Amino acid sequence: MTVTPLRTHPSLDHLDALESQAMFILREVAAECERPVLLFSGGKDSAVLLHLAVKAFSPQRLPFPVMHVDTGQNFPEVLEFRDRTVERLGARLVVASVQDSIDKGRVVDPGPLGSRNRLQSVTLLDAITEHGFDAAFGGARRDEDKARAKERILSFRNSFGQWDPRAQRPELWQLYQGRVNHGEHLRAFPLSDWTELDVWQYIERERMDLPSIYFAHRREVLRRDSMWLAVGPHVVPREGETTEWKTVRFRTVGDANCTGAVESSADTLAAIVHEVSTANVSERGATRADDRFSETAMEDRKREGYF
Amino acid sequence: MDLLRLATIGSVDDGKSTLIGRLLVDTRQLFDDQLDAVVHASQKRGVGDLDLSFVTDGLRAEREQGITIDVAYRYAATPTRKFIIADCPGHVQYTRNMATGASTADLALVVVDVSHGLKEQTRRHLVIAALLGVRSLVVAVNKMDSVNWSPTAYQGVVDEVDTIAAELGFSSHLCVPVSALYGDNVVDPSTESPWYDGPTVLAALEAADAGVWESASAARLPIQWVLRQDGGGRTYAGMMNGGTLSVGDTLTLLPAGVTTTVTAIRSGTGERDDAVAGLSVDVALAEDTDAGRGDLLAIAPLPRVTREIDATICWFGDAPLEAGHRLRVKHTTRTTPARVASLDGVIDIGTLNVEATNELSTNEIGLARLATADALAVDDYRDNRVTGSFVLIDEVTNATVAAGMVGRASFLA
Repeated sequence: MTVTPLRTHPSLDHLDALESQAMFILREVAAECERPVLLFSGGKDSAVLLHLAVKAFSPQRLPFPVMHVDTGQNFPEVLEFRDRTVERLGARLVVASVQDSIDKGRVVDPGPLGSRNRLQSVTLLDAITEHGFDAAFGGARRDEDKARAKERILSFRNSFGQWDPRAQRPELWQLYQGRVNHGEHLRAFPLSDWTELDVWQYIERERMDLPSIYFAHRREVLRRDSMWLAVGPHVVPREGETTEWKTVRFRTVGDANCTGAVESSADTLAAIVHEVSTANVSERGATRADDRFSETAMEDRKREGYF
Repeated sequence: MDLLRLATIGSVDDGKSTLIGRLLVDTRQLFDDQLDAVVHASQKRGVGDLDLSFVTDGLRAEREQGITIDVAYRYAATPTRKFIIADCPGHVQYTRNMATGASTADLALVVVDVSHGLKEQTRRHLVIAALLGVRSLVVAVNKMDSVNWSPTAYQGVVDEVDTIAAELGFSSHLCVPVSALYGDNVVDPSTESPWYDGPTVLAALEAADAGVWESASAARLPIQWVLRQDGGGRTYAGMMNGGTLSVGDTLTLLPAGVTTTVTAIRSGTGERDDAVAGLSVDVALAEDTDAGRGDLLAIAPLPRVTREIDATICWFGDAPLEAGHRLRVKHTTRTTPARVASLDGVIDIGTLNVEATNELSTNEIGLARLATADALAVDDYRDNRVTGSFVLIDEVTNATVAAGMVGRASFLA
C-alpha cells in the first residue's frame, strides 16, 4: 500500500496561516468588545502580538491601548524597548504598577529581593477594573505549559477575574464569541497555536526589533536554583554565591530575579532560530523559576487571574 | 511547510492520550524537562514509570481522575508539515469540548482498542466528526501487543471501520496496526507486523490532504472591519474562505446584492494578485458601497440570503432547547436575534434515524428551523464550513449554547 499526497489545493505556508489566524482574532475581538487592551511586556511574544495588531489595523492607528504590568523588577533593556516601540507606533501606553498595589496595601511587599511574579495578578485585575477593559490580548502560547494547552483562544473570566478550566465556553470554528456581562472580561490569545520556533521564524521573517538581551552578550551572572541569574539591582550575591562573566542570552523575559539566562553564542536571528530548533529543554524549564513550584503551578495562577 | 489540523477520537481507555504522547515523544517534540515532569507525575501517582497520557492531560482534575475533560492542543512538526493536534475528551458529558476540537479539524485521528472494536462512544464521536465536516480518517488500531499482533483481530476492526466510513461518507480512511504503549508503527515502523505494508501513523498524517475542504465553494469574504486608507478610500478586511479571489474578480456584496469589482488585495505581507482560503486580507472595491462588518463579499454561485435557516444543531445548554426559544445567532461576523421556529427532530446516534421530539437535551443533536431578525447569507455547511456554520448564544449569560450547521447531512435517514 502506498500513500500519495493529494495536493489538489495550494495550502498556505504555516507562518502565513498563523499570521492570518492571529490577525483575524485581533480584528474580531476589537470589533466585538467595547474596551480591549493589549498586554505588552516587552518580551518577544507580546512584541509579535503588537506587530500583528499593527498589521491588522494598518494604516489606521491601533484601536486599543497597550498595557504593561510593571513589577518594578524588569530588565532595563526591556523597558527601553517598550518605550521606543510605543513611541515608534504612536500607541497609547498604560502602565499598571505592582509598586502602586503595594503602596495601596492591595498586596504585601515581598521585600526588595523577593519575587513579585504572583502579585502581578492583583495589579492586572485592578487595572482591568479601573479602566473598564472588557478584553485583554495576551501573547501566551499553548505550547508553553500544560494548563495553557487547555485554554480557549477567547478565555472567559468571571467578575472575580477567575478562569474555570472545567466550564470553558465551547469555541467552534472561527466563531470567536466575545460577549461578556458587566464586570466580566475576556483574555484573548491570538498566538495560541504558535510554538516558540514559529515565533522566532516569524521574527526573523519580519526582521522585527527586540530587546537586546535576547541576543548573546557578555554578562555577570550567578548560579541559583539551577539557573544563571543576571547580577544587578534585583539579584545580589548571597553568602556563598560567586559571580562570573559568561556569554549568555535570554530565551524568555520576565522579572530579572526569576528569569534565567542560557549560555549561548546566538547573536543573530538566524542563529537563534537554529538554536531553538535544536533545543533539548523547554523555554520555561530552562529559564523560569516561577513555573517550578508544582506540576500545576500555571493552572493555579491562572485560576487566580494570571496572564 | 504547511499546516494540518487534526482532532483525536476514541473511547475512554482506548489509549488516545497515550498515542498522542507517543507521537510527541518519538518525533522529539517534547523537551527533556517536560518528559521529566511526566515521569515525575507518573511515579507520584503510582501509575508506572512513564504514563504518556500525562503529556496531554494537564489539568489537576484530569490527572486525579485519569480522564480527559477538555481539549488539549499539541503541536508537532516534520520537515514538511506542522500539525495542530486537538486531543479531545471521550466522555459523553464533554461532547461540546469534542465538537470544539473537531470543528476546525481537517482530519480525525481515531484510536480503537483492537480487542474491543468500535465502541459506542467512538461511533458517537465519528458521527459528530462527520456532522462537523471532518472528511478524512486515520485509524490507529491500538494495543496490538495485547492480541499478539494477530492480523485477524486487526482485520476485524478494519472491516468495522470500512462499514462506518462508507455509512458516514468519509472521503478517505486508513487503518494502521499500532501499539502506542511500545511505539510500534506510530513514528517508527514495527517489526511485529510483517503482514502490514502500509504507512506508520505519522507517515499517514504527513501524506494526508490539508485544507482542501475550504475550496468546495466559490470565494467568500465575510467583512470583519472597514479600514480607512490614507488619503481617503476604504478597504474591507476579513479572512478568505472558499475558492481563490483575484484582483479583477466580480464580487457581490450581500445581503444588499450590489455587484462590484476587486481592485486591490492586501495581506499581512503586502499587495498581492490573489488570495486563498485561510488568508487574512483587506480588499479595495471599484464602486463606493456602504459595506460594513457582518456583510459578505462573494463570487457566484452565490449563497442564499434568508431569514429562515434549516439547520443541524448540537445543543450544549444546561436547560433543554424547545421551539419558541429566543437566542442570538453569530454567523460569520454578524450577530442577530433568532428564534427556534420549529424543532424538527432529534438524531439517534446509534441508528442515524431522526425522531420527532419536543426538546433537545444537553449534548443531543437535532434538526431545527431558525427565524432570524437580520437576513443572513448562508451556504450549505457541506459546501462551505464558514458561511454554513453558526453558534447560538444565550441572551442572558452570553454563553455559547449550540453549534449549528446549515442543512442536514445526507447520511441521516
